[in-house]
Amino acid sequence: MNLLELHSLAVHYGGIKAVKGIDLHIAEGEVVCLIGANGAGKTSSLKAIAGLLPAAGGEVLFRGQPITRLPAHQRVRQGLALVPEGRGVFPRLTVEENLLMGAYQFDDKPQIRIDLENSYSLFPRLQERRAQRAGTLSGGEQQMLAIARALMSRPRLLLLDEPSMGLAPLMVQKIFETIRGIAAQGVTLLLVEQNARLALEVSQRGYVLDGGRVTLADSSESLLGNPQVRAAYLGA
Amino acid sequence: MDILLQQIINGLILGSLYALVALGYTMVYGILELINFAHGEIVMVGALVALAVLAGLAGTGLPGPVMLVIATLVAMAVCMVAGLLIERIAYRPLRTAPRLAPLITAIGVSIVLQNLAMIIWGRQYIAFPPILDIQIYELAGATITNIQLLIVAVATLGMIGLVLLVNRSRLGRAMRATAQNRDVAGLMGVDVNRVIAATFVIGSALGAVAGVLISAYYGIGHYAMGFILGLKAFTAAVLGGIGNIPGAVLGGLLLGIIESLGAGYIGDLTGGFLGSHYQDIFAFFILILVLIFRPSGLLGEQVADRA
Ligand SMILES: Nc1ncnc2c1ncn2[C@@H]1O[C@H](COP(=O)(O)OP(=O)(O)OP(=O)(O)O)[C@@H](O)[C@H]1O
Ligand SMILES: [Mg+2]
Repeated sequence: MNLLELHSLAVHYGGIKAVKGIDLHIAEGEVVCLIGANGAGKTSSLKAIAGLLPAAGGEVLFRGQPITRLPAHQRVRQGLALVPEGRGVFPRLTVEENLLMGAYQFDDKPQIRIDLENSYSLFPRLQERRAQRAGTLSGGEQQMLAIARALMSRPRLLLLDEPSMGLAPLMVQKIFETIRGIAAQGVTLLLVEQNARLALEVSQRGYVLDGGRVTLADSSESLLGNPQVRAAYLGA
Repeated sequence: MDILLQQIINGLILGSLYALVALGYTMVYGILELINFAHGEIVMVGALVALAVLAGLAGTGLPGPVMLVIATLVAMAVCMVAGLLIERIAYRPLRTAPRLAPLITAIGVSIVLQNLAMIIWGRQYIAFPPILDIQIYELAGATITNIQLLIVAVATLGMIGLVLLVNRSRLGRAMRATAQNRDVAGLMGVDVNRVIAATFVIGSALGAVAGVLISAYYGIGHYAMGFILGLKAFTAAVLGGIGNIPGAVLGGLLLGIIESLGAGYIGDLTGGFLGSHYQDIFAFFILILVLIFRPSGLLGEQVADRA
């Protein structure tokens, strides 16, 4: 069964039609990427999947059930987590408080402790800074925190919105290693990236979004070799 | 009698009351960036409900402290419901409206509550019944009564309780997260509407306690008492840095002391031209100075940090 299905999903901002009816599906365990230029509608799509924006049309199915009209806080409880564009850490909460917010829905303290320790072994840097306000972290550290925090919600599906944005190349490499690691643990991923090459290299399938429509959907390997994609998104 | 010490003690008592009310403003502002002008009226409702309960219990022969506890609990319950309804009916539908709309609504709610109170309780001053035996203690030349001590103790407990709730509890963490980024709090599984409602309920409960203490302090209650009180507590919150909880406490205490000292010396300062009944001008003078020179308040975050 597909973990996530979008049927003709549309997202509007008042009169602006940002997403014009897209179809997309992700099977359990898959890593799928969504690439596209500035303003193609990637973030709008992810927000509608996570429940931060209402769907102007179409349906979102999660594990076969329609969740189109559920508020964001109920979608997380079903196992759907979004690492938002720009990280969205709580700047005046400490690193550890941010992580605990990720586990807000749970009250099994021992398991939360274990998850917290796992976050720290995944990102030792966060452990060093656990008592520091998140706003004082570097961009890369904030991205680590945002990812670790989303994992604290024990997601089945993790949506990542431009995790490489604004980071130094070394940090981008580190973040993508982590993403590979998360995928290897069996978490299903939907990765949005402007850095199309990186995204296609870690994913199995990809969708190309242009002007709010899916213009191409294929295996990542074929997309990497596709002359159109190479010209538009890979700078080759 | 040591006048300076006496003024400072009076200032601290008054200030702890301002602080308790200021917390309600600052909590709501922190989470919604809304100045809930109706909060002063919540304090008034708390005071008048408590006075009504005390009047109702008058013939029962219950001990005074027991009556006071019952009256306070009833006042808290009424104010918590009122706060919940105000948020739900007046503010929530305007959550995404331009900021001026909820602000004007807040003023409207405040007028409605004041008029309701006038219809229910009338225009006259309502006396706080003599249910407590007043004792006067001497302290290095100054005096303080048992009621004043009670006021300071209860206000302090309220503030400590709130700080613990906000900083240590799961709800408190969710409140802070919601204040910092509402959308992302939702992504964490926080039911943002419930957290915002809880903020109003908690602020209103503290406001009710403040109302009871204030009517005990002045010995009266009145349907219009919430207006000036609300403005002063708002000033205290701005002075400390609106949105900042320790700031509200600091701002309240400072304002209380400044007012009390000012009232004591205003006659001398103006050569007898202004008397102590002009003490209210200090609050507004301070409000204007803060808004001009340090709008973020004493402990407030710089605006850029509020993103
Ligand atoms: N809050 C908003 N109000 C109005 N229009 C918006 C809003 N947010 C996005 N848009 C518009 O919707 C379209 C899609 O934006 P979106 O942010 O989804 O694109 P994106 O693919 O994520 O782009 P980027 O790569 O820059 O992040 C754009 O035309 C954008 O201008
Ligand atoms: Mg985007």
